[in-house]
Amino acid sequence: MLHDFIAAYTPANLRYLFGGLGLTLLVSVVSILASFLLGSILGIIRYVRIKGLSAAVGGIIDVIRNLPLILILFFTYFGLPNLGIRPGVLVAAILAMTIFESAMLAEIVRSGIQAIDKGQMEGARANGLTYWQALWHIVLPQAMVKMIPALVSQFISLVKDTSLATIILLPEMLYRSQIIYGQDSNYIVPMFVAVATLYFIVCFLLSLLAHWLERRQARA
Amino acid sequence: MINLIHTYGSLLLVGLRHTLTCSLIALAASLLLGTVVALLEVAPERWLRGVARTYIEIFRNIPLLVITLFFYVVVPLYVIKLTGFVAGTIGLSLYTSAFIAETIRSGIRAVDPGQMEGARANGLSYWQAMRVIVLPQAFRYVIPPLGNQFVNLVKNSSTLAFVGGFDLMYQGNNIASDSMATMATYAVVGLLYLAITLPISSYMRYLEKRLA
Repeated sequence: MLHDFIAAYTPANLRYLFGGLGLTLLVSVVSILASFLLGSILGIIRYVRIKGLSAAVGGIIDVIRNLPLILILFFTYFGLPNLGIRPGVLVAAILAMTIFESAMLAEIVRSGIQAIDKGQMEGARANGLTYWQALWHIVLPQAMVKMIPALVSQFISLVKDTSLATIILLPEMLYRSQIIYGQDSNYIVPMFVAVATLYFIVCFLLSLLAHWLERRQARA
Repeated sequence: MINLIHTYGSLLLVGLRHTLTCSLIALAASLLLGTVVALLEVAPERWLRGVARTYIEIFRNIPLLVITLFFYVVVPLYVIKLTGFVAGTIGLSLYTSAFIAETIRSGIRAVDPGQMEGARANGLSYWQAMRVIVLPQAFRYVIPPLGNQFVNLVKNSSTLAFVGGFDLMYQGNNIASDSMATMATYAVVGLLYLAITLPISSYMRYLEKRLA
């Protein structure tokens, strides 16, 4: 058994696996940044109740939130080419993660804004700010700070969810581990141990960060 | 789209049945496991709390697909061969149980400590008080978040497609490549998923509003 581990963890294999982890993190970081931007816009639109538009955006958010991410991945990778758009694997993965995660973050943003005391808006308006000025300068900054722990939690889900992109053959960590143990079945256990451990370390550290942020906020 | 349903309707129904069966089994299993782990997490004994925390952190921080593949690929090497459906359902149950444990624990914490103290003062043992007095009240608090976990569970059951679990996603994938009508197939599959998840999440939102 130990022998299998030593044989499996060659420098070349480990480098290949860590490269996959790098891709996992790259997809996660790019997607969370894009989703944060898009999700904030969608969340604000849903919050402010612009006639027609807010309801439409709300409907789209609810539909996406209630679909499996794998279906969205299939859609961006196998479906979009039917519409004449041919994204590569990496772009398709980032696109799918961004669509899915934007809907998730939109709800977090909306409930974040809703959680801010109504008096903040009223006070700002009473001091002469327009609705949008008050939202932008007074309400949103407070809401964003409150949302940080939830954002970190979403990021953890995102890191785990990138493993689903194995199905469209994105060479992230899980996919690469399968390539390695495909060469020698004695490598199966060492590869599972390595992949599970690496995901665990990344996600556990992030969850400690989320806890720490939550506690710091609770004190403030 | 009508043609598609006409030709592949029976396959879609098979997929729907597998998705629903897997989800219901995993729901029952993860509720049971999650409750046990939550009880351990608030137990007076320190080592029990340690066991519960370890369990939760392991299953929360490893991707569901890795857990499922573990049961599909690794377990057969040493223990017993599992079908994709069984491996997927086990993986989904374990993964979800960690989230449910966290939810139920927060519910237990939300119950006034006076309830436990009062029950103990009236002669109940710790576990009796927990089972008869605290837990029933805790469950009331956590129904909306548990409903959201169930929606996640139904969505996550699509990982069965990775291990040949005959679920909706698996059938959808096969139909898409067989019919070449990719978009129409995904639309139908998406609608079937929404038919399960949307009613649950709308009902939970309604409950949340009513409880708030």
